[in-house]
Amino acid sequence: MVDFPAEFVQLLTPDGVRTALADYDPWVADVTGEQLAAMYEDMIVVRRIDTEATALQRQGELGLWPPLLGQEAAQIGSARSLRSDDFVFSSYRENAVAYCRGVDYTDILRVWRGSAQSGWNPFEIGMASPAIIIGAQTLHATGWAMGAKFDGSDSVAITYFGDGATSEGDVNEAMVFAASFQVPVIFFCQNNQWAISEPVGLQAHRNIADRAPGFGIPSIRVDGNDVLAVMAATRIGLDRARNGGGPTFIEAVTYRMGPHTTADDPTKYRDVAELEAWRAKDPILRLQRLLDSMGLFTPELEAKTQAKADAVAAELRAGCIGMPDPAPLTVFDNVYATPHTTLDGQRAEYADYLASFDAADGSSS
Amino acid sequence: MSITTLNPMTANAVRTPTTLTTPTTLTLAKSITAALRQSMADDPKVVLLGEDIGALGGVFRVTDGLLAEFGANRVIDTPLAESAIIGTAVGLAYRGYRPVCEIQFDGFIYPGFDQIVSQVAKLHYRTQGAVKMPITIRVPFGGGIGAAEHHSESPEAYFTHTSGLRVIAVSNPQDAYSMLRQAISSDDPVLYFEPKRRYHVKGEVSPVLGESMEKAVIITPGTDVTLVTYGPLVPTARDAALAAADEGVSVEVIDLRSLAPVDYATLEASVRKTGRLVITHEAVRSGGIGGEIVASITERCFNYLEAAPVRVTGWDIPYPAAKLESHHLPDLDRMLAGVDRVMGR
Repeated sequence: MVDFPAEFVQLLTPDGVRTALADYDPWVADVTGEQLAAMYEDMIVVRRIDTEATALQRQGELGLWPPLLGQEAAQIGSARSLRSDDFVFSSYRENAVAYCRGVDYTDILRVWRGSAQSGWNPFEIGMASPAIIIGAQTLHATGWAMGAKFDGSDSVAITYFGDGATSEGDVNEAMVFAASFQVPVIFFCQNNQWAISEPVGLQAHRNIADRAPGFGIPSIRVDGNDVLAVMAATRIGLDRARNGGGPTFIEAVTYRMGPHTTADDPTKYRDVAELEAWRAKDPILRLQRLLDSMGLFTPELEAKTQAKADAVAAELRAGCIGMPDPAPLTVFDNVYATPHTTLDGQRAEYADYLASFDAADGSSS
Repeated sequence: MSITTLNPMTANAVRTPTTLTTPTTLTLAKSITAALRQSMADDPKVVLLGEDIGALGGVFRVTDGLLAEFGANRVIDTPLAESAIIGTAVGLAYRGYRPVCEIQFDGFIYPGFDQIVSQVAKLHYRTQGAVKMPITIRVPFGGGIGAAEHHSESPEAYFTHTSGLRVIAVSNPQDAYSMLRQAISSDDPVLYFEPKRRYHVKGEVSPVLGESMEKAVIITPGTDVTLVTYGPLVPTARDAALAAADEGVSVEVIDLRSLAPVDYATLEASVRKTGRLVITHEAVRSGGIGGEIVASITERCFNYLEAAPVRVTGWDIPYPAAKLESHHLPDLDRMLAGVDRVMGR
């Protein structure tokens, strides 16, 4: 019998009503109307990035795109809680997290256009190259946090993964290590209900958040479509980690409103009614309603936000289409950090082979 | 730190008086200990991770005493999870550490395989050089010790088949010391295979970095046959060369040392001289190091070969029960039979 109690931490209802919750209110008491409006803008922009990237895929400019549609609050609320010296170890759907870390927009598309295996220098934005192997990054976050503890630093690692990943051995091993060494890491699980076509009930017979206490890790189950609740939970985890309290597990209950990737067809495995029920709990709509109730959702805000989204989308599109294809011989670059006799020989072999066409053509290029 | 010089008169040597400062007779296992100690003394970012490596000093006592010297933040007894040993090392490397992972036995490495192959080996390439993975993974390997299943395997070909890794195997105490120091200093990930049945072999060890870990070394010079091997079979091959000499065949024994990359320059020069190649390893034949070397040498030296190259290897079987392992492992007689074949005798 699958047992999924519905309870979670919620500070903002789907209708945009701010509800009181004594244990969590203090953690977001400082959030101003201006900051709420800024997070609203973040969410509108990342949703626009999603729309634009999906269009670019349909137009043949990207090979694939993994949309985050519906998960904006989970990613923005957590990522906007981090410091620049914290470090993110994510999966491949955390484009809104990368946005918050200050990534160059074009870099988000580099992998999906097939131009490179990663988009950015991890040390420039404090975010590792996303892991495609499910759950692998949770161990990297735990190791980084071990190092932070050895260094006497109060920086924190946060690792993002999905409900499907919680079945992977690596995620469970990461929790064992994090608890054993009491290191500053946040396990941020976006339970978006679906691992491609597999419902969360296949991965877990109880709420995912219930697992962590068995590892000795305190956990919080939070409404992942409520940006304030996500922020409160993340701040609690960060505060605990910075003060030597060790790891925290957060299950952000959300919904992947789009396909797994642009190659997926969700109509084959899930009911449209389910999607409609979650559409009513849209993370952006409820923040818009809150801002409206505060008198802050003005025509000016709407216009400014749309202008930003338009500008980002235009930059994204231009950056994507203008991205140069890598030169053939770069296929050999950076396999090793230091020279490698066998590979150097293969590079020379292929360079000669390519040059042989120039010789045959009589061309000098 | 330079990898070509080693100054024994450092402050670290004073702080850790057990550091090797003069040529000393050590077992192969203790020479690994000495290399770990020196690397840790030289670089505070070198940390060890593994199962039972703390208070016990490892099941082979290789890390004996290091916990007391360097503390629990640098000699890290981990929970029993090989994927996590490798995966947390990746995170530590992201933070600027230089982790040395101990895999307790060869056959225990497979739970960590994904992290090695998908992360350690690929992160430098994936990030276009932004993220270095200076991780050393120590693996006691090979059979001949009468052990239970999973304790006698030779999994090196899985890793030589994986781009992004460097793979080395040591055969004597001096190399065990010098090549481990080089592996730890390398900015590339290195799989370091230790021949567990030779742990107790003694030899004089100088605190030098010596020949590059990527150079093959001629152990016994010869003119008729090139006999290539590495790790635990090097002493056996040397004995085989002595026995062959009694029968009038001059065998040149080469210790490969580096399995990836292979030092083909040394191998080619030898085969051009002898015209005959035998390669021997404990690992199974199909898809093994031997096949790769035979192919590469045939490509490079075809016109010099007097006979088809021969592989003397473990059979294509799971590692057998202890009472049968002598029928699986190449020994002196099987090596000599291989030499006879390539000599056409």
